[in-house]
Amino acid sequence: MSEWLHPSWLLFAGALPLLLLGDRLRRAWQLLIPALALAAVLGLEPGTYGSVSFLGFDLTLMRIDPLSLVFAYVFATILVIGSIYALHVNDGVQHIAAFTYAGAAQGVILAGDLITLYVFWELMALTSVWLIWRRQTATAYAAGFRYILVHAAGGMVLLVGILAYYHATGSVAFGELATHGAGFYLILLGFLINAAAPPLHAWLPDAYPEATVTGIIFLSALTTKTAVYALMRGFPGTELLVWLGAFMTLYGVTFAALVNDIRRLLSYHIVSQVGYMVAGVGLGTSLALNGTAAHAFTHILYKALLLMGAGAVLHMAGRSKMSELGGLYRTMPWTLVLYMVGALSISAFPLFSGFVSKTMIVKAAAEDYRAVIWLMLTAAGVGTFLSVGLKLPYFTFFGRDSGLRPAEAPPNMLVAMAIAGALCLFIGVAPAPLYAILPYGADYNAYTFGHLLKEMQLLTFTGLGFYLLLNQLRAKAKISLDTDWVYRRLAPTLIARLSEPIATADRAARAACLAAPQHAMSLIRRGDRSGARLARSWPVGSMALWTAVVLAVLILSGLR
Amino acid sequence: MTIAEIMPFSVLLPLIGAPVCAMLPGRRLPWLLCLIVVPGSLVIAGMTLDAALDAPLQYAFGNWPPPIGIAYRVDAANAFVAVLLAGIATALLPWARRSVNDDVPDRQGPFYALFLLALAGLMGITMTGDVFNVFVFLEISSLASYGLIAYGRDRRALLAAFRYLIMGTVGATFLLIGIGFLYIMTGTLNMVDLAERLPAVADTRTIDVALAFIIVGLALKLALVPLHLWLPAAYTYAPSFVSAFLAATATKVALYVMLRFIYTVFQPDLAFVILPLAPILLALALAAMLSGSWKALFQEDAKRVLAYSSIAQIGYMVLGVGLVTAAGLTASLLHMFNHGLIKAALFMGLGTVAYQAGSVRISRMRGLGREMPWTFTALALAGLSLVGLPPTAGFISKWYLINAALDAGQPWLVAAVLIASLMAVVYVGRVLEAAFMQPRPTDAKAVHEAPLALLLPLWLMVGANFYFGLDTRLTVGAAEAGARALMAGSGG
Repeated sequence: MSEWLHPSWLLFAGALPLLLLGDRLRRAWQLLIPALALAAVLGLEPGTYGSVSFLGFDLTLMRIDPLSLVFAYVFATILVIGSIYALHVNDGVQHIAAFTYAGAAQGVILAGDLITLYVFWELMALTSVWLIWRRQTATAYAAGFRYILVHAAGGMVLLVGILAYYHATGSVAFGELATHGAGFYLILLGFLINAAAPPLHAWLPDAYPEATVTGIIFLSALTTKTAVYALMRGFPGTELLVWLGAFMTLYGVTFAALVNDIRRLLSYHIVSQVGYMVAGVGLGTSLALNGTAAHAFTHILYKALLLMGAGAVLHMAGRSKMSELGGLYRTMPWTLVLYMVGALSISAFPLFSGFVSKTMIVKAAAEDYRAVIWLMLTAAGVGTFLSVGLKLPYFTFFGRDSGLRPAEAPPNMLVAMAIAGALCLFIGVAPAPLYAILPYGADYNAYTFGHLLKEMQLLTFTGLGFYLLLNQLRAKAKISLDTDWVYRRLAPTLIARLSEPIATADRAARAACLAAPQHAMSLIRRGDRSGARLARSWPVGSMALWTAVVLAVLILSGLR
Repeated sequence: MTIAEIMPFSVLLPLIGAPVCAMLPGRRLPWLLCLIVVPGSLVIAGMTLDAALDAPLQYAFGNWPPPIGIAYRVDAANAFVAVLLAGIATALLPWARRSVNDDVPDRQGPFYALFLLALAGLMGITMTGDVFNVFVFLEISSLASYGLIAYGRDRRALLAAFRYLIMGTVGATFLLIGIGFLYIMTGTLNMVDLAERLPAVADTRTIDVALAFIIVGLALKLALVPLHLWLPAAYTYAPSFVSAFLAATATKVALYVMLRFIYTVFQPDLAFVILPLAPILLALALAAMLSGSWKALFQEDAKRVLAYSSIAQIGYMVLGVGLVTAAGLTASLLHMFNHGLIKAALFMGLGTVAYQAGSVRISRMRGLGREMPWTFTALALAGLSLVGLPPTAGFISKWYLINAALDAGQPWLVAAVLIASLMAVVYVGRVLEAAFMQPRPTDAKAVHEAPLALLLPLWLMVGANFYFGLDTRLTVGAAEAGARALMAGSGG
């Protein structure tokens, strides 16, 4: 039965009743549908299904192979976790957005051709933005609009790329792209915008921290990872991506260090972690691609866990700036413990999930004799541990006592975090099941003496450094609002670059719109006291003038 | 009776219905008459399209053979446009009842009579195979539209109608001058005959000037930048129903006539040679797309936003023509149809808002999304179609247009399409942002959701936008057949 049941349809159909159901039923429904979707995904068998004809193309709605399955599994899992986490939220619009967004993401993963991919791609942008808007603050509205604009632009670039690719090759099937023409680069650009690759990343740290407490879980898991999947499918071994990815890892870490808002800090770490995956795609060896898939899998889980922890703090304490938090370990111990599981995972601590996946990519770089890349990826790991594993928990849960005494997070939040935490631990301790579902059957063992030694050295010395530099870091925390301000002013983000000229042009155009008629009016008044009559007849005159101009141009251009 | 003999009744039904309608008393009867006449016209147009997809249909009035009498000659291209016209008019009518009651409080006989005349004129332009007949029907539809626009409640509607009257008359006169030149040189008014005789006299200055006059005259009716200045005010101040009807149909017909003149009467190897039409049309299309979208960004009145957006969308259609390829022509015809659906839905949505809230100024629409969720959701979905997201009709248009631009080896045009669509995101977003995101001013009067009589037709139109985004057999098939028919006409 599940052979033809597209998980997306299930999620789309399951989304609508959310608006009508009462609160209790809504909760049950919200657990039921993701569970059914997970079951549907687990029941998928490799093959291609669901052929439809559209615009004269034969589209493949479902192309299931090991690569798409890895992503489908983790997307379905995170929907279950995220839905549990959001169980207490009584906002139908948000849940509908989450369901359709997750359905669209599944659609992208399973799409067998570029047109299907594009349709779901646009749907993702359109549904995900509601997870930002439903925060219902002025900044969230504004950030949501910037988000939708960037994604609209990205979607259009992708569309043109697909058309150009079709013109070059005569095919819209989605596999490794066969040309190196305009289509290749436009599609790559479209994917990279969603992968948040600098300098096209600005939408992510701009919009995600403005999203709702629960919405950011889905956002962090789906958009960038569908882009990673698309890159893996279409662009394995593209040299550009190696350097871009390595650059991303450091870029994200660096900017994360300058940020005060804990959710924005974690957002920058999405950029950094996706950088590992992009680099893995670029390396293109089977070890690197396996590492990319594995890292996407683990990253979705631990990043969700981290953001759930930060969300719990925001939800309970009502604020998310490190300089305003501190000492929360007293009243939110479980949140702290679960957050630390995620933090150790992202830092690639042995026995935690990040360790078994990130080391694959780093090792692939080493096996490819890329010393610089290897060094960049390793250095980014240090920065990650420093800010996510040490700085953030220190200033949020320990450090200076802020006097805040929020209660522990509600049970559904803790349960969701516990599930994610358990998965992180399980994958870290027993990575074999994860390795078994990787697409390019490579033999890899994370727990070699060399890996352990390297990681432990790195982490220990990072910890030591943090301990020694704590005073300076604390001093920074006191002025971190200022750093925040500096970041906002200085961040060379695309959005800032785009929105500033648009605003200026807007102002200028408005001013011109106001000034021109006034100028004209004053001119007319000067010539004729009964100016109003002249002003009224002016448009007809100018229409006639334009008519004459166009006619003259046409006739003159015909002179031979 | 064969289908060719029934075919003229798609024009004659509304034409005959109009004087009857004008005499009917009250408000219900005229509307009921329209409800019989217009769907009847649609059925005939649909049957005609079905037959014309196979082979062109001919009908000679009064049994006078074509060179002497007036003949209707219908191929896939004009049958497609006729179906669009009658279809939009039919779909608008159920919605019109309430909206027109609001805009025209007393006797509605004359109003609906003008509407039927406008429809008959537009249908006539589409069906006829005689260039002078084109002019006659153009005048019928134009005069009726001036009257319809003047019905607007806002006093500025009179001024808008007056300006449209002046510019429309200039346009029609130019067309007449051009037709006169053609007649002097060839001695015939029949399109097929003209096509046969024109090449012999093609090297004369008169023919050059005739083409220039015809193109400029039609560009005026088409509201192609920079001859668009009459359009924003006319669409803004007209009654809601009239805005929706004219925006979805009138400019499309002007474009169709332009295509007919270029491809059938002059034929591309003449029309694009004696005047550099292709670069001029491309330049004007680009100007329309960019300046129309740009102006739409700064409008305070939502109807005006749509009016400027129409100007931009006309640019898309002309772009397809300027490419001078079959693919471009297909895209143009397709967008003609799809844009009709989009604009009808959007203007219906705004008309519904105007009916409930009394104003469609963006500042007055703040917070209305929560009071009228069904109306504004419909507007939002229609907005998606305007922006061109799948799976809407607008996406199909955009797909074919970009495809055609790439096909013609002019990829730089794609950039303009993209920039214009991005601006569409912004101007549609501005309206929706005010409605959904901003709080309702505390001193604003209470507004309720619109009655089902308005919502149902509106949602049907929105549904059509999605239906034709998914099932493209009819639209793409007919547009391709239409493009083939126009191109084939060029073969002689």
